[in-house]
Amino acid sequence: MMETLKAFFSFSDPSIVSVTLGAVLLSASSAVVGTFTFLKKKALVGDAVAHAVLPGICLAFLLAGNKNPLILLIGAFITGWISLVLIDWITARSKIKEDTAIALVLSVFFGIGILLLTRIQHTGNAAQTGLQSFLFGKAAALVGQDLLIFGIVAVLLLCTVALFFKELKLIAFDEAFAQATGLPVKGLNLLLTTLTVLAVVTGIQAVGVVLMAAMLITPAAAARFWTDSVLRMTLIAAFMGAFAGLAGAFVSYTAPTMPTGPWIVMIISLLALFSFFFAPQRGILYRQYEQRQLQRQIMEENVLKELYHLGEKDQGSHSGRSLEELIEERYFPEKRLRTALRRLRKKGWVQQQNGQWGFTKAGQEKGRRVVKLHRLWEAYLSTYLKIAPDHVHEDAETIEHIITPELEAELEQMLDFPDRDPHQSKIPY
Amino acid sequence: MDAVYIITTASLFAISCSLLGCFLILRRMAMVGDAISHAVLPGIVLAFLVSGSRDSMQMILGAALLGVFTTFLIEFFHKKARLQTDAAIGVTFTWLFALGVILISVYAGQVDLDQECVLYGEIAYVPIDLWITEGGQILGPRALYVSAFILLINLLFLGLAYRFLHLTTFDPAYAASIGISIALWNYLLMGAVSMTTVAAFDSVGAILVVALFVVPPATAYLLTDKLKYMMGISVLISILISILGYYLAVAIDGSIAGAIVSVAGVGFMLAFLFSPRQGVLRSRKKGAVKWSEVS
Repeated sequence: MMETLKAFFSFSDPSIVSVTLGAVLLSASSAVVGTFTFLKKKALVGDAVAHAVLPGICLAFLLAGNKNPLILLIGAFITGWISLVLIDWITARSKIKEDTAIALVLSVFFGIGILLLTRIQHTGNAAQTGLQSFLFGKAAALVGQDLLIFGIVAVLLLCTVALFFKELKLIAFDEAFAQATGLPVKGLNLLLTTLTVLAVVTGIQAVGVVLMAAMLITPAAAARFWTDSVLRMTLIAAFMGAFAGLAGAFVSYTAPTMPTGPWIVMIISLLALFSFFFAPQRGILYRQYEQRQLQRQIMEENVLKELYHLGEKDQGSHSGRSLEELIEERYFPEKRLRTALRRLRKKGWVQQQNGQWGFTKAGQEKGRRVVKLHRLWEAYLSTYLKIAPDHVHEDAETIEHIITPELEAELEQMLDFPDRDPHQSKIPY
Repeated sequence: MDAVYIITTASLFAISCSLLGCFLILRRMAMVGDAISHAVLPGIVLAFLVSGSRDSMQMILGAALLGVFTTFLIEFFHKKARLQTDAAIGVTFTWLFALGVILISVYAGQVDLDQECVLYGEIAYVPIDLWITEGGQILGPRALYVSAFILLINLLFLGLAYRFLHLTTFDPAYAASIGISIALWNYLLMGAVSMTTVAAFDSVGAILVVALFVVPPATAYLLTDKLKYMMGISVLISILISILGYYLAVAIDGSIAGAIVSVAGVGFMLAFLFSPRQGVLRSRKKGAVKWSEVS
């Protein structure tokens, strides 16, 4: 393993250099362009373009009679572009929705492409071998003239995005605002469309028709989980794309029978899956952890609140209570109540004495605050929003866990430290 | 005779697809259908490895499960990770398709599937692959039976589910309020979509099957406002494009499936431009009248 890694990264074999360079450039540039289509919520448009370039390539070949990459690229560019115009036109001028329009244009263009491709193949023209590489990509065989042309396009894409970064960012988020500031929104949309088509036309060389969508969407989707800044998101997406390109080239170096394109997509998808689950702040696990913390906090505060209620009923004597007493005051599943009490003891808010649970000083303070917030909110709802007293409880039940000390102070000021809530219970200060 | 076999098989598959497709496009799930048609690939490869043939019942069921799993994954990323739907679709199906292609390469010796067939199939082979009983009796092309069987299942499913699908499509809130499970019918529909995709896979391939799901219903959608009429018109279009497509393919010596889809595309364009009530040219005329009235 070490040996192959060493051999690969020494780049002694010139073909490794060109394959790696090609894969990295193509993946990174489509990832950068994909960031903007992702932010515009037009991610699947790339998929449509990827399928729509096939008839263009075939037509260009039929007209030119050879496989000059530049001519094929122009043909691909034209039909790719037409497909986007058609999608917009169909959605604008009929009741057909965007998703149907995309699926329709995608599959019909591809069908026409297949018809032309099979027609070319059946003519037995020797020059046609290799047209198929557009269907499945040939990242491992990008050399010479092809590489030069696609390399130039990739660099061109990256430079254009860098040049128009601010403008593209604006139209991705707020077209109306961009229009108001006097930006040529139509022109910029045209630019983004052109960039998308160019990215697809070149990227398709690496991974083929079907998987091209992944090169645009997946790095952007993954990068979105790590940051809120567009610049950082673009850079992360580019970096992930480049890494997947590099790794894909490495796989095809170690196992030549393995298809490079699908491996690039597999690696970028695994990066994305990792991001979906483990990214801080947005990842699924972090969200679930946060949700659980919140649920715990709510449970604990509810227990403290009920302990306080029981004390109130006993004219303020906060002696120990049994589990049964607590459950009778308000139903808690017994197991969850036990764990909540145990956690509260660890925090030093309750103490246990021969089976009875009672407040510590700090805990009583906590319980009092929750009860106060609950009743303050009820008072606020009935005084200011004129909500009937029998309708305010549910709302207070949720908000009591959320109100911040600042809001608490403001409520107190606003209501002038009321004595009682709408149910005539005393508000404890 | 070959022509009859091919056209009949193509029509039967196209009818199955377009009937389900009516619900797909009305539910705005056309791209989910597209995703499923790609994502069943690893299921097909795995089922192939397990059962050793490509037209077994296990395979169809296995792939149907994978299709439902795809729908679930898309929902999961959308709901749990708050990923926007289009990106969730794009990430899921490309990932599973890549997995499928990699599996094909790994088990190249054991799996008789090639990538081209995966993408666009070959319906011209239908008359060659005959179903021969153990007694040696020739019963006709195997794909013909498969397509008829799948259509039968779909008709049964739609017959039983029509009311529920209709309700959950047009008024999900009301459906939920009278106790109809939206998720259940959604997954059942997606299961039917995956099953049909897998069955039609050999003949028309993953991408062209999407065309059969989307294009005839979309064309019919432009011609009528009623779901029942829409389904009826879709069926007629399916048969028509199968016949015309076959002869186009023969005339220019190309892929039959590709030709069928091309014809379907032309049909859609005609409806889009000339539909009596909703066509672009028609509505422009109406618009022009209004404009002159205003000025």
